[in-house]
Amino acid sequence: MSDHAQGGHGTFKSYMIGFLLSVVLTLIPFWIVLGDVMDSTGWAVAIIFTLGAMQMLVHIHYFLHVSLKVEAGWQAMSMGLTVLLLVIVMAGSIWVMFNLDENMMPAHEQIERVRNLP
Amino acid sequence: MSDTTIETPKEFYVIEDSHHDHAEHHETGTMLGFWIYLMSDCLIFGILFATYAVLGQNYAAGPAPVDLFEVDMILVATFMLLFSSITYGFAVLRMDVNDLRGTVLWLIVTGLFGAAFLFLELKEFIHLWHIGATPMASAFLSSFFFLVGTHGLHVLGGSIWLVVLLTQLGLHGLTHENKRRVMCLSLFWHFLDLIWIGVFSLVYLTGVLL
Repeated sequence: MSDHAQGGHGTFKSYMIGFLLSVVLTLIPFWIVLGDVMDSTGWAVAIIFTLGAMQMLVHIHYFLHVSLKVEAGWQAMSMGLTVLLLVIVMAGSIWVMFNLDENMMPAHEQIERVRNLP
Repeated sequence: MSDTTIETPKEFYVIEDSHHDHAEHHETGTMLGFWIYLMSDCLIFGILFATYAVLGQNYAAGPAPVDLFEVDMILVATFMLLFSSITYGFAVLRMDVNDLRGTVLWLIVTGLFGAAFLFLELKEFIHLWHIGATPMASAFLSSFFFLVGTHGLHVLGGSIWLVVLLTQLGLHGLTHENKRRVMCLSLFWHFLDLIWIGVFSLVYLTGVLL
């Protein structure tokens, strides 16, 4: 009757695709950390975050069934607004606090340098 | 002037008369409202993530993530949550074909995986508390308990909701209202799994690496 109104539920196939993608995208970052396979920590963190973001997209598409179709536009719209706010809040606070940290908390060598001034 | 006054109600009438029936109209309203709630919850978690990102390195001469976290147990907990997500998906698929027994069974399996996740998290918290890594120890641990604890409380809330939903399904079967409730909890449950991706990436994996 109103299956149409409840939005796309997905099929067995789409749930399994989402699940298998999630398993792979979960195992790779844990393998990187547990297996200690990367020499560069920076690259390892970058890969972990990239795979995490990819898995979030997989969940949004295959499990939450957010679609860009017009009749479900409210869903994509409100999510877009939320993501915008999140980017502003998160990037803003991390950036500001990092700068504050750099400028207000003298690093050890800076203290030494000041101490050695004539 | 008089033209517009006649035309406006006409247009209004046409929109109301579009072939969506009444129940369907309410349905979209509930799903929209619940989605908006999830988005506001998402903002809460975003702020907690930002707090952790800022404070997560301030150990105050206390323990660092690498001393505290057991990544292999986190992997197990992650899979508990992932399994509960897919079994919830199966429950929704059984509901689509009006199979009450299948729906209830898969929902019970989902609840068991959720309980396993909660058990692992509680065990970790008790262990941390025992070795003195309390929220009072450092800014890192305060933000850690705030972020992971809030997620854990959400999973606990979702589990209680699941029990209530199972009771309602047992009493009334797959009625229209119950189907809507199952769909709302489905969104909530998958959303919590999504948040957990951020938690294990930022807190556990990155924390142990840095």
